[in-house]
Amino acid sequence: MNVIMFYILAAVILVCSVLTVTSRKILRAATYLMFVLIATAGLYFLLQVNFLAAVQLMVYAGGIVVLIIFSVLLTSHIEHQFELAAPSKSIPAALAAIAGAAICIASILQFDFTSRLAEQTTSPDIRQFGHAFLNYGDGGYVLPFEVISILLLAAMVAAIMIAKKNKQ
Amino acid sequence: MIQGIELQHILIITTLMFFVGVYGFLVRRNLITILMASELILNSVGINFVVFNKYLYPTAMQGYMFTIFIIAIAAAEAAVAIAIIINVYRRYKTINVENVSEMKY
Repeated sequence: MNVIMFYILAAVILVCSVLTVTSRKILRAATYLMFVLIATAGLYFLLQVNFLAAVQLMVYAGGIVVLIIFSVLLTSHIEHQFELAAPSKSIPAALAAIAGAAICIASILQFDFTSRLAEQTTSPDIRQFGHAFLNYGDGGYVLPFEVISILLLAAMVAAIMIAKKNKQ
Repeated sequence: MIQGIELQHILIITTLMFFVGVYGFLVRRNLITILMASELILNSVGINFVVFNKYLYPTAMQGYMFTIFIIAIAAAEAAVAIAIIINVYRRYKTINVENVSEMKY
């Protein structure tokens, strides 16, 4: 059951990510991106990291995709189709991507992961995440947690400042 | 860990997703689609962190934490990038990267 589910999710991720970068209508590309992100959340559920799957669904599929769709609606005509990329640009890009993927997959297949696999004991629940976030001892993340909250505040202020109309 | 699925299979899928994102980043000419391609790249890296953590070090938390921070930074990045894109659209009436070249020199 898990195996079938995993391969369905993998197929959704691969097909929709290819469609995201090749679709000629921008709103469709955004929708395919949303499918990729939701399938990723499904993968996290399958790995039994439930908190992370919930974060992925809320922030990525709920927040970022909505933001992208809003900006698409503000800046583009829905019916507008991109012209296909010129072969002189798309072929070198495709070659670079294929070469990089080939090198990475070759090294993944060569490396001996099976001897390093650890025995599965527990899956992290939300309580462990909370303890790790606010722990300032060993293995605690309170400093990055605070830094990222400052970063989010700064990003929010910056976004408002940049997108604000100039009063002249 | 997913019963019956090897680590390599997930890594191959995330690798393909990463390089599809790289291809889109190189080929696309619209700023928003470039942003979408970079989201694909970030997302595949996040899956990699979780999978390594889950399969190789199940008692540790570092991989999950990295993924949470990646998601948060992606959210901040998308917000600022879209604000900039809207501002560019307001000034140039286009978000095609070839037509927005005033700051190039």
